[in-house]
Amino acid sequence: MQSANVNRLTPYLFLAPAALIMAVALLYPIGYMIYASFLDWNPSQRIGEADFVGLRNYVNLLSDAAFLESFWVTIKFAAIVVSVEMFIGVGLALLLDRNIRGMSLLRTLFILPMMIAPIVVGLMWRYMYHPTVGIFNRTLKSLGFETVPWLSDGSWAFASVVIADVWQWTPFIFILSLAALQSLPQSAMEASRIDGATGWQQIIHIKLPLMMPVLIVTLLLRLIDAFKVLEVILVLTNGGPGLSTEILSLRISRTASEFRELGEAAAMSNFLLILLMLLTFGMFFYNKAVEVRAARLRAAAEED
Amino acid sequence: MPKITFDQVAKSYGSVEVLPPFDLALDDGEFTVLVGPSGCGKSTTLRMLAGLETLSGGEIFFDEKPISKLEPKDRDLAMVFQDYALYPHMTIAKNMSFALRLARAPKSEIEEKVRRVAEMLNIAPLLDRKPAELSGGQRQRVAMGRALVRDAGTFLFDEPLSNLDAKLRGKMRAELAEMRDTIDKNMVYVTHDQVEAMTLGDRIVVMSDGLIQQQGTPEELFKSPVNKFVAGFIGSPSMNFIDGELVDDDGKTWVHGDGFKLPLDLDISARMNDVQTRAVTVGLRPSSLTTDISRGAPIELKVVVSEYLGAQSVLVTRCGGADVLVETQSTSPVRAGSVQTFGVLTNEIMIFDKASGLRL
Repeated sequence: MQSANVNRLTPYLFLAPAALIMAVALLYPIGYMIYASFLDWNPSQRIGEADFVGLRNYVNLLSDAAFLESFWVTIKFAAIVVSVEMFIGVGLALLLDRNIRGMSLLRTLFILPMMIAPIVVGLMWRYMYHPTVGIFNRTLKSLGFETVPWLSDGSWAFASVVIADVWQWTPFIFILSLAALQSLPQSAMEASRIDGATGWQQIIHIKLPLMMPVLIVTLLLRLIDAFKVLEVILVLTNGGPGLSTEILSLRISRTASEFRELGEAAAMSNFLLILLMLLTFGMFFYNKAVEVRAARLRAAAEED
Repeated sequence: MPKITFDQVAKSYGSVEVLPPFDLALDDGEFTVLVGPSGCGKSTTLRMLAGLETLSGGEIFFDEKPISKLEPKDRDLAMVFQDYALYPHMTIAKNMSFALRLARAPKSEIEEKVRRVAEMLNIAPLLDRKPAELSGGQRQRVAMGRALVRDAGTFLFDEPLSNLDAKLRGKMRAELAEMRDTIDKNMVYVTHDQVEAMTLGDRIVVMSDGLIQQQGTPEELFKSPVNKFVAGFIGSPSMNFIDGELVDDDGKTWVHGDGFKLPLDLDISARMNDVQTRAVTVGLRPSSLTTDISRGAPIELKVVVSEYLGAQSVLVTRCGGADVLVETQSTSPVRAGSVQTFGVLTNEIMIFDKASGLRL
């Protein structure tokens, strides 16, 4: 009897350390942040001394033009980089899904950018974008073209951070797409060739639809990441010029450290958190729906 | 419905030669079965015909036209795959109409063709489902239907029944046989199952180790195999082989071995006079042995197991060191463990050269 009880408890005992760390390292700070978002709190105060202001921080956010601007920049950034990365990543995967000599080496080279720390990526690109000694402007100049204000003009700066992000994260989509492609049923491909599909028709009618589940998960993962991006932009432009590249996480960090408004920063963080949660739930429910559908289909097939 | 000719077609992967150059001619409107054990090159042959594999040498002609450089879609053929190869994301109707839709056939024509084939194959109620919602047998039919809708000149089947259970396989085999008679097209069918080959083929091509061993009608292959491999492969239960020696005695030619001595019929012994070798392998079909000893030359066999199959039984017996299968009517039961005398129908004895395996 007693040993049965112990046996039943065993899994929870094993889970306990992880649960504890989760609670301390995740739930506590989040709870703290949520609480802080209802306070008018500056860093010189202890949290107990801050005034409770209810939803004022949130209401302020909605009328804060700078916040709305950076929210818009974030949306724009995420939408553009993820679209471009999906397009190039999937395209590359479709092109390179074949047996060529040295493919494994090529694959490793392709995913190299992904393995570099974002700060380093930022520094690297900052040197390359440098107005006078950077490789881009030097090359342009030597070819007789006008130099480009990579990081000093609003639109160019936005394009520059997009390029850097695309450079770093396209490989992620590339390898996942390639893996998806290579696990597609070969005989279906052959059947489509016999059915008369050209290369393009095969991609459009067979390959892409069959890759879709993987592509959707990849898209959501990248979207979540793109909303949280910080380091590369911090190093490249620090949000400037003006607010042209000030994405939300940068805005949050500046609100906390420069403007010393911890409550406001916490509210922004919550805002971003809710946005990401929505995306995550979207992914979760998508997966769930796929699983349920597969289970239902299996059941239906076995009945016959 | 072209006449298909393989002219010195060969296939190798790197330095590994899987198919040495061979010739093969498939007549217009014929149902040809390529049969052989796994790895004999039959699927590769079919896939080269389909255009899914390149040729390493030689040429394939449809009538007089060389086709080895043509894309699969330009060869006017349809194919049924072993794993069905349905498009998982499309409904059955879409699966079946894919080729027609790619060819931009008019919508009404597509609908009409799909409906007609679906009715023929009894899959009309499934048209809105997806492949995952179908059982194995239904998927098989859809794969068949997808090929039929194409209305191509040549149909290729790559072991289409091997993923089905025995009962369903038998049923589908019968349906295929019926289809063969109603559809006047070239059909090339690959299988490792000699029963499928025998029941379906107008002509059977037996392959082994990348070589065509023999081709002919089912009856030709059964009655006059050219070598031991074909003799052993065609027929179920398969042929018994016992090593022996040719001896002349009493004015007749006999084949003599461990535990048996059988006289040869005149026409066989006449052929034996022309050959040098005396070491031979005797081939006896299980059906060439009978419990009625008055009908043949006597042979003593020790019955080891009696496998009751219903109307018939298969006896596993031993002759010297060799296992010999005997097919008998179950009405005359034979007790396991006993030594019995059986009659050998001497006109059905086949003699093979022991060294080369060729039929003498």
